[in-house]
Amino acid sequence: MRATIKILRFNPEVDKTSHWAEYQVDTEPNEQLLNVLHYIKWNLDGTLTLRRSCAHGICGSDAMVVNGRNRLACKVLMKYLGSSVTVEPIRGLRVIKDLVVDMEPFMAKYKSIMPYLINDEDPGSRERPQSPEERERFDDTTKCILCAACTTACPSFWANGEYVGPAAIVQAHRFIFDSRDRGAAERLAVMNEWSGVWRCRTIFNCVEACPRDINVTKAIGEVKKAILFDEV
Amino acid sequence: MYHRYDAVIVGAGGAGLMAALQASRQARTAVLSKLYPTRSHTGTAQGGIGAALGNVEEDRWEWHAFDTVKGSDYLADQDAVEAMCREAVDTVYELEHMGLPFNRTRDGRIDQRRFGGHTRPDPKDPSKRIAVQRACYAADRTGHMILQTLYQQCIKQGVTFYDEFQVVDLLLNDGVCCGVVAYEIATGELHVFHAKAVLFATGGFGRMFKITSNAHSLTGDGLAIAYRRGLPLEDMEFFQFHPTGIYRMGILITEGVRGEGGVLINGKGERFMERYSPTLKDLAPRDIISRAIYTEIREGRGANGKDFVYLDVTPATVNRYFQQDGVDRRITAHDVETKLPDIADFCRTYLGVDPAKQPMPIQPTAHYGMGGIPTNVEAQVVIDSRNTPLPGFYAAGECACVSVHGANRLGTNSLVDIVVFGRRGGKKMVEYCQQADLTPLPAETDGPARAEIERIKANRATEAAGKIRATMQELMMDRVGIFRKEADLSQAVSKIRALKAEYEKVGVRDKSARFNTDLLETLELGYLLDLAEVTAFSALNRTESRGAHLREDFPDRDDANWLKHTLAYLDGENIRLDYKPVVITKYEPQARKY
Ligand SMILES: Cc1cc2nc3c(=O)[nH]c(=O)nc-3n(C[C@H](O)[C@H](O)[C@H](O)COP(=O)(O)OP(=O)(O)OC[C@H]3O[C@@H](n4cnc5c(N)ncnc54)[C@H](O)[C@@H]3O)c2cc1C
Ligand code: FES
Repeated sequence: MRATIKILRFNPEVDKTSHWAEYQVDTEPNEQLLNVLHYIKWNLDGTLTLRRSCAHGICGSDAMVVNGRNRLACKVLMKYLGSSVTVEPIRGLRVIKDLVVDMEPFMAKYKSIMPYLINDEDPGSRERPQSPEERERFDDTTKCILCAACTTACPSFWANGEYVGPAAIVQAHRFIFDSRDRGAAERLAVMNEWSGVWRCRTIFNCVEACPRDINVTKAIGEVKKAILFDEV
Repeated sequence: MYHRYDAVIVGAGGAGLMAALQASRQARTAVLSKLYPTRSHTGTAQGGIGAALGNVEEDRWEWHAFDTVKGSDYLADQDAVEAMCREAVDTVYELEHMGLPFNRTRDGRIDQRRFGGHTRPDPKDPSKRIAVQRACYAADRTGHMILQTLYQQCIKQGVTFYDEFQVVDLLLNDGVCCGVVAYEIATGELHVFHAKAVLFATGGFGRMFKITSNAHSLTGDGLAIAYRRGLPLEDMEFFQFHPTGIYRMGILITEGVRGEGGVLINGKGERFMERYSPTLKDLAPRDIISRAIYTEIREGRGANGKDFVYLDVTPATVNRYFQQDGVDRRITAHDVETKLPDIADFCRTYLGVDPAKQPMPIQPTAHYGMGGIPTNVEAQVVIDSRNTPLPGFYAAGECACVSVHGANRLGTNSLVDIVVFGRRGGKKMVEYCQQADLTPLPAETDGPARAEIERIKANRATEAAGKIRATMQELMMDRVGIFRKEADLSQAVSKIRALKAEYEKVGVRDKSARFNTDLLETLELGYLLDLAEVTAFSALNRTESRGAHLREDFPDRDDANWLKHTLAYLDGENIRLDYKPVVITKYEPQARKY
């Protein structure tokens, strides 16, 4: 099948503003969009710039706006995109070049929630026990790959870049609800700040955007509840 | 720009981060990675990390060691295997203490599952060996959880990272390592990192093959850079094809699927592994299964007459075979969803198949390089057949060859390898930094790298790298894949040399300094071509069959002549080969039957 791929391009070394570039490609219905972008880069225009690595939706490198929605290019197949496809960088982060954005502000928010197990008790020489039910409690949020698809789909984040954003809350949830962790109070304090969890207006864009099918809004709701009722 | 550190670690996958956690406690350490650390390919590892915890049934690290040696077709160095399997147990506990969310047993212990080639003596008849539950796992995203957990600990410990810095050269002065040259991707600037000790943990090089489970970024940079600096590469002829990649895409379907009971079915509806490996069947080691799949396909028993077979984990099929085999386990669709959620997701996304209801079309996929930069058990790089260390230079993880995997790696043993030897490497670097002085830089630092970049930028042939890459990948798949023979291999060597000549003319359309992936991909292709040549050349030279290396013209293992490691050196334009003996402690080579 034939498709037109329109890509929002911007190289600050040569361009004053971003502009659309159009490419015609032959593709197959089951082809990943990432392959199509590679085809363009390797055959038509070597300057096209994007990040990618694993090519199957695990490394989180290639979040981009595809036909208006946040997607991983490697996890969306051409048959779902039609014959005219638009591709843009994710929103709310500075564009470095083409589809590559500055991830540093995003990573800084991630780090702000203390994303590591806090527990100073002596664990002994074997594993700390944890029941399957306790483990299940935070399973969903362990799946996060830090691709930024959720945060950069969030209108509250677009409106206020200080908002820690859904991805950081998901990461906080992963520890707050881990029975082995002792840092819930510290993390909930960060979540309760003005840039924290209360900026979420339950718009659900994040849930729709998450390529890992994490129920982000549910996780945020649980964190809000933990703050209000002081229990995890 | 110039930087000075005690220790520089190149690569932020499992091996690099584990080394960083150790080294940064006592030495000024920097971690350089061309990817954001959490993008490293360790994150894609699915099935599990092997350790004889004995949480579900009796197990001992010595049994793990025996399996590893046998799985390696007796090419692994047994001192290294013993160190790895012994330390695997404590390392898994250490990961748990760091917060790794392993799946749990009913009594709250780390849960374990079966994996190919991992066995214990049959309690009913100790002369026989049966599959053991040894793989510690977190659903089917064990690697993701390892990578996340190690990175989290690095954040906690305040490790210094240079993210998206691509190392392009290794600095040696008079036989001592003294740093690296790195290209800052965001700006195009070259940086010189002057250090007492350098550790390479740059991962694999599966992108030399067409069908692969490996990330686009796995281009063997560390190996090629060391090789170009005159250091040897060990056992490059041994490349593992994982039996179950998604048909035509190569995306991995973990062996854990078969650990949960999944079976391989040919076009005639037969569970063909019964014929090839009567005892372990679908849980035989990977070399044996990949070969069996290709044999089925060659003999016309592929599915629909094509070049794939099915992996079936539907409860109806699995439970039927459980019953037939007298196994008192049963699985449900819910088990498939909860123990293999990512696999279910991949199948739905890429195949439109629900694995709880339908079988998955699969074919072997290029997966893991057993060979690499030779090291000793302390992760020190060694440079000759007498194992002489190169002061200040270390390597760990998939880019290294200790050798714990020999001619064929067992599933779950790479994750063990990266954490055990990453940790050992980090510790050894600290010791070294405490007693060694900083070696002065050589006269030339970033000059050669700059010249190479300028050379490529001056070339006219744009959009040419892609075609060379595709040709190399097809060639390696067809001629240096699972079945090998002299005519194919010698043709492959000469064709790769022709591609290397063509590569000299490759240019880039993108001349900019900022985020120039056109340029970086071109450099990476150069690395892959060098490694493809060494792989084909070493395979041509080894006139026996062992583990993943199958010569149709030399079908038997030949211990009299070939129980030894290959060392390949770059010598001018040519490759020079040397050998070193295999370390044998207590496992005498035997015929390998499963
Ligand atoms: C799909 C898949 C599933 C797997 N499942 C399992 C499993 O279940 N169990 C198991 O034991 N093994 C498994 N393996 C194998 C195992 O995951 C890998 O061998 C292992 O994770 C490699 O780790 P590493 O730290 O050596 O390298 P990687 O994790 O690949 O990291 C390499 C690092 O090097 C950096 N790097 C590379 N080149 C440069 C450069 N030039 N400059 C700077 N940085 C550079 C990268 O940025 C990256 O950070 C699997 C492999 C694959 C592909
Ligand atoms: S390339 Fe890794 S998530 Fe798409």
